[in-house]
Amino acid sequence: MKNNSNLSIILKGILLENPVFVLILGTCPTLATTKTVIGAVGMGIAATAVLICSNIVISLLRKVIPDSVRIPCYIVVIASFVTIVEMVIHAYVPIIYDLLGVYLPLITVNCIILGRAEMFANKNNIAKSALDGLGMGLGFCVALILMATVREVIGVGSFAGISIPFLENYTVKFFQEAPGGFLVYGVLIALVFKITHGKAPYKKEFSCDSCPSAAFCNKAHCQEAKEEI
Amino acid sequence: MDAFKSLVIIMLSAVFVDNYVLTRFLGICPFLGVSKKLDSAVGMGVAVTFVMVMATAVTWPIQTYILGEKLGYLQTIVFILIIAALVQFTEIVLKKFIPALHKSLGVYLPLITTNCAVLGVAINNINESNFNFLQSIINSIGVGLGFLLAMVIFSGLRSKIQESEIPESFKGLPATLIAASFVSLAFFGFGGIIENLFK
Repeated sequence: MKNNSNLSIILKGILLENPVFVLILGTCPTLATTKTVIGAVGMGIAATAVLICSNIVISLLRKVIPDSVRIPCYIVVIASFVTIVEMVIHAYVPIIYDLLGVYLPLITVNCIILGRAEMFANKNNIAKSALDGLGMGLGFCVALILMATVREVIGVGSFAGISIPFLENYTVKFFQEAPGGFLVYGVLIALVFKITHGKAPYKKEFSCDSCPSAAFCNKAHCQEAKEEI
Repeated sequence: MDAFKSLVIIMLSAVFVDNYVLTRFLGICPFLGVSKKLDSAVGMGVAVTFVMVMATAVTWPIQTYILGEKLGYLQTIVFILIIAALVQFTEIVLKKFIPALHKSLGVYLPLITTNCAVLGVAINNINESNFNFLQSIINSIGVGLGFLLAMVIFSGLRSKIQESEIPESFKGLPATLIAASFVSLAFFGFGGIIENLFK
């Protein structure tokens, strides 16, 4: 039974609570690094590593950090791990370092990581937080690779740098550029909604429930947003 | 005159060609989240511009004179802390001295700490573009204005979407993203204009 629940923590990150398609977190790297499959894999692995480490440390410190200053503390923890990951990638895989560029330090402000710290790691024990980080990270990787596959196969006619016969002669440049990113992302969210219809806690709009910023804006803006609806 | 010309080029390309939201995908969350109504879109845009310029004004000297080459690896941590502190500080100062402005911008300020466009522009000014101080400030103003422009255009488009009939699966966010794709496509038209503008 216990194994079952641990497994479900990992699995829910991949489909039912997929951070990219269902929780709609981390939209910026999702759109920016999915031009090529290699970039997407690099981004996915880097973010997963940061996510697991920061989830573990934040879970360890959850009783030490005072509630009122927790967000700055989380940001420092996350930024430290991002710096470590950045240095490791710079040293061992410089190709990916050049490919990701500014988006690598920007993992710091990736809402998936801050969001999971706020939503999960500060309420659960270390093992569960680590598993949650792994599940969410895998979900992020799967989503990125899926998007990058669509964009690279149609846009350049290749997969992870290996060109595909026939398709490489008939490319649609649109999918490589910014507008194509928005379009593919929108269509994939709609597709995932269709597949998981009724099962996933699908979000119609951005709301405060999963917004990591909600904790320190005191939901002031969201109340305004609710009145609008 | 040449220096002035280069500043104008930096400004215009930051607003139109290199628009951070629509071509570089930075600051997507506020772009999608706070663009439902025109006045909130303008408020968010102004607040982001304000914080961007402030952040650049503080981070550029710190990177150049304190961190330098030796402590360059501390960039990410130092910058995000500066931005977080700056946002808090701005909020307190506005609350105390300009309550009217705080009332209109206040709700957006805390959200900006985790806005990747602010950190992105602070890092890009130094690592990618190697701008000097004045160029960095101009670039930040340009990026902020570009963000504001994108928000305003997009909020207009979204009010149209709400009235139209959309298939069930595409309701809400997917339709919004596809609309963003069209706005982004429109901005594509600016590519190449800036280089030829001053010939």
